[in-house]
Formats: sequence, structure tokens, C-alpha cells
Amino acid sequence: MTPRADWIPPALLFAIALAGFALIRSPSTWVTLTVAGLAMGLLIFIMSSGLTLVFGLMDVMNFAHGLFIAVGAYVAASVMKFLSPSVDSESFLVNLGALAPAMLAAAAVAGLLGLFFERVIIRPVYGQHLKQILITTGGMIVAEQLIHVLWGPDLLPLPRPLTLRGSFLVGDMAIEKFRLVAVVLGLAIFAVMLILLNRTKIGLLIRAGVENKEMVEAMGYRVRRLFVAVFVAGSALAGLGGALWGMYQESVTVAIGANMMVLIFIVIIIGGLGSVGGCFIGALLVGLIANYVGYLSPKIALGSNILLMVIVLLWRPQGLYPMNKP
Amino acid sequence: MISRLLSGDGPRSRILAAMLVAIFVALALAPFLFPGMRPLDVAARICVFVLLVASYDLLLGYTGIVSFAHTMFFGIGGYGVAIALSKLEAGWGAIALGASAAVAVSLVLSFLIGLFSLRVKAIFFAMITLAVASFFAILASQLSNFTGGEDGITFKVPELLRSRIAAYYLVFGTALGLFLALLRAVNSPFGRVLLAIRENDFRTEALGYRTVIYRTIANCLAAVVATLAGALYALWLRYTGPNTTLDFGIMIDILLMVVIGGMGTMYGAVIGATIFVIAQNYLQDAMKAFSEAMKGVPLLPELFHPDRWLLWLGVLFVLSVYYFPFGIVGQLRSKARS
Repeated sequence: MTPRADWIPPALLFAIALAGFALIRSPSTWVTLTVAGLAMGLLIFIMSSGLTLVFGLMDVMNFAHGLFIAVGAYVAASVMKFLSPSVDSESFLVNLGALAPAMLAAAAVAGLLGLFFERVIIRPVYGQHLKQILITTGGMIVAEQLIHVLWGPDLLPLPRPLTLRGSFLVGDMAIEKFRLVAVVLGLAIFAVMLILLNRTKIGLLIRAGVENKEMVEAMGYRVRRLFVAVFVAGSALAGLGGALWGMYQESVTVAIGANMMVLIFIVIIIGGLGSVGGCFIGALLVGLIANYVGYLSPKIALGSNILLMVIVLLWRPQGLYPMNKP
Repeated sequence: MISRLLSGDGPRSRILAAMLVAIFVALALAPFLFPGMRPLDVAARICVFVLLVASYDLLLGYTGIVSFAHTMFFGIGGYGVAIALSKLEAGWGAIALGASAAVAVSLVLSFLIGLFSLRVKAIFFAMITLAVASFFAILASQLSNFTGGEDGITFKVPELLRSRIAAYYLVFGTALGLFLALLRAVNSPFGRVLLAIRENDFRTEALGYRTVIYRTIANCLAAVVATLAGALYALWLRYTGPNTTLDFGIMIDILLMVVIGGMGTMYGAVIGATIFVIAQNYLQDAMKAFSEAMKGVPLLPELFHPDRWLLWLGVLFVLSVYYFPFGIVGQLRSKARS
């Protein structure tokens, strides 16, 4: 850990935004793409922050993390269908009456599932990386099939609330309303996380646990319990992110989890395994670059994330913010 | 003689030996024992997957590294042969050219991935390979004028292979030869070093073996064999497409086969692939019958719907990682020992 803050990664973010502006040349398109990129990045951050913290704390990598995303999206779709009169209402407040329960239900179900998953699947294989990868992948297979059993194999529509469809028009700039909501929500969650991690005792313990688990245990704190709490919170956030991501795409399939997993892995590798700040920057980088490149040359858009990961790893082999493990 | 062929690594269990002999005889005489197209197709798939799973076992069971890019190499083999045969004249030269080009590509890729990510933790390697493999699958479906996109490539094969029996014996013979070669590799001094790395890489390094080099060689070897398996599969199907080679579902299938059969045993690949491919082709029929018989009972018909067969294999997978880490083969061997 360097004593001083490392400002190069955030600066890189601005450099990329500026480079995007220089290449796109049309301010209105640039704003649209940047908002889309930030929204995507923040949603990815919400989904991946738990995974990277869990890894930092307990050296556990959950390959079934995408499952919580999928479950969140499916639960949200069910709740929205149940409350469909409020979803199609003209009033924003009534819409919120459908959106808020959907998101809360998604987070709650995913969190509970996380608790179960930690107990049954992950606890017996602590410290054995190979088995962890195998067992969590196995859990993912079973759970995906169970989702098919419960919700059926077909694509499920997940409508956005009526007042959040369409775009705001500012001059000749079109900003999709839902993306703006995603940006606001994402920033709010990031802010809450920062306060929790930096200003509370639990946050202090989590950060200390990531840095040196044995020492925290020697002080008499139970890192295990802390870990379970972080695991459940991370799963709940993944579920919430899944619900939002499902609305972003306006439909849900079971592949949503597995598809996001690839992006999430790229993000937490770029950020440095275990680093929340790195995960934040990494997610925004991935979101922005995916949108810019998708506009500039759609052909190579799909490879841009891998390319970004390779470049970052060539520059900093341990990710943007390496966690120095003792 | 047989012991030499098996590199001195026999089944070490009577039941296992009987199963292996039965599978070998059934596969060797498949065209004559089981008339009809479907059984022959199942037999050829078993041969290809035994080879593919055995090469994956070299990585997972012997070296202790988890790769999610094995289907990528499988796909490279399939596409290599398919592209060569569709662009050039359909002859043996084209097959040789396509296969060797594919092997070269696989070698370079696996070497790069290995050098890049095998230095660090197993988890890192698994994540990187997952990302690279998904990228490759997207690439194959994007470059449609080269790979045929989502539709894949259908191609003509040389005159001789148009007979199904000849094609089958090409698949069977090559798979058998390569399987025995893999068995030789894991029972060589090189294979012992891989086992040592799996058990304790730090100590192996301390004993003077460069673990990165051994891991990279194992990665390249597994990739080459997977590529050849892909080429065989393409020749058998006369078709290569994303769904038959690059799909993530196939990666999951490989994992299921290697774990259920038995990691780190090689014979586990034979048992696992045989059980899995037969289940894939015939379990669904049984489940359909059961599901229809259970009509009216809540939830049961959905749980036993023919499309949910992976659910049950997944449960079996999780249970075997917990309780039988060396799978069916390990179970049989420990029973024989006691």
C-alpha cells in the first residue's frame, strides 16, 4: 500500500472520456454515450463490488455470483408483473410504488440465497481454490436449471416503469431516463459503501480483514461472521444490480448471469482482486469504452474489454490497485 | 504387452477393468454390434469426448489448474479442418493442412495464456480463460464470412470418409492412440512433476522444478490434444459451428464428465464421457416417460422434464466434488484396495 493516493487510474478515466470526445466530435452523441457508459459501468460496479470484497476478505472466488444477478432479475420481473397496474401508471410516485418493492424483493431474495449458498456450497471448501471453482460452477449449473423449473425456459419481459421510459431532451442531446436513474442509484450506492467502509467500525474491520485477516482475528473479532455479512450483502447487491440490468435490457433470460460474469471478472481483474476502488474505476472504464467503441467501430466492440484487460495487466500485472497480501 | 500399452498404469480394480473392457469392446465393434445411425453416432461422440475429457484431466486432475478455455481449443480444431475443407479441395491434404494450422494456433494461444496467467493463482487463470474463451466464441460468430457465423460451416469430406464405418474407425483409432499417448505422458517423469505441482507447487519449486514451465507445457499439451479432438469431431459431423464446439455448455459438460468419472485418473475420462454421452442421448427419453407418468403431481413433471436432465447431473457433480473427489474410478479403486 502506498501511503499517498494513486491518482493515475481516475485520471485515466478522464483521459478516456476526453479521447472519446475527440474521436466522436459530436457533443450530443458524446453526452448520450457517456451517460450510457456511466450507467452501465455503475450497474456493473453494483454487481461486482461484493465479489471482489469477498475475495479480499476470505480468498473465496464465487463462480456462481452470476446466479444472484439472474435471480434478482427474475424476482424483479415477477414483482413487476404482479404490480403491473402501478408500472403502467402515469404518475412517477405510483411507478416508484412498483419499482421499489421490485428492487427490494430482488435484493432480499438474492441475499437470502447468498446466505444459503455460503452455508451449503462454500463453507465446506474454504481454502481449497480448485474445489471452490468446481463446486461453485456446479452450484451455478443446478441453480440455472432450477430457475428454468420455476420460471420456465422462455425469455421474460421486464418492463421499465412508464415514467422512466423514453428520454429527456436537452437541446439536441437525448438522455435516456432510465440510464439517468441508474447513474443516480449507482452513485448513491457507491457513496453509501464508501461511508460504510471508511467511516464505520464495521467498515474498518472489513478493510483491516482484507489487509491482514489473522491480525484482526487475533484482536478478538470474528472475521468469519464479517465475511458472511459481506457475502450476503454482496449477493443482495448483485440481485439489485440484476434487477436494474434486466430493466436496462427490458427482458430477462437465464443467460443474464453467465453473460455478466465475464464482464464482472474482467472488471475485478482490472481493478485488482479485492480492491473496491479499483473495481469502481474498472467498471466505469469498461462501461465507457464499451459504449465509445460500440459507436465508433461496432466490429471490435466485443473485443474491447478483453483488450482493455490485457493492456491494464501489461501495465500493472496485479490490476489497477494491487492488494499487497502478506 | 497390455501393461506396456497402458504405461504400467492399469485399472487396479476388477470392476473398473471389466467396465473398461466392456466399453472398449463396445466401441471397437460398435458398427457391427449396434446397427443403425444413432448408436454409431453415440459411439463416435463417446470416442471424441473421451479424448477431450482426458486432455482436460491432464490440466485439472494432474496439474491442478482449472481452465475454462478448453472448448476454445476444441473449436479451433473443428474450425481449422472445416475452413480448410470448405475453401480447398476436399482431400487428405486439406485435412492435414487444416489440422496442423489449428494445432499451431492452439499452441501459440495456450502458450501465451499460460505465460500470462499461470504464474499466479489458480483462480486468476480460471477467470482469464473464461474471459478469453467467451471472447473467442463471440469472435467466431462475428467473423461470419470466415467461420460461417452462427450457422457454422458444412463441408465435404474425402471420398473414403463418406462411408460412415471408415469415418468411425478413423475417429476411434485416433482417439485410442492419443488416449494411450496421454496415459504415457502422465505416467512419465514429466507426469510425476505435474502431480507434485498439484499437491504442493511451492515445494515442487523448492525442489528445483520450474513450475511455470511445467504448467505451461501441460497447458499446451492439453490444448493440442483438444484441438485434435475438435478436428475429429468436425470430420465425423461434417459440420462445425459455435453450438457444437465453442458453446459454454460444452465446457460445463466436460467438467461434469471429468469430475463424475474421476479427476486425475485418465480412466475417469473414459467412464465419465461414456456415462455422460449415453445419459445425454437416452436419459432424456427415460425422463420424458417419467415426467408424463407424473402428470398432475405438482412440480415433479417440471423437475423431470426432459430438458432438465442437466439439473440431475449437476446435483451429481456437486455431490461428487464433496464426497467422491476422485469420482467413480477413485471409488472403485479404493474399494479394491480395502
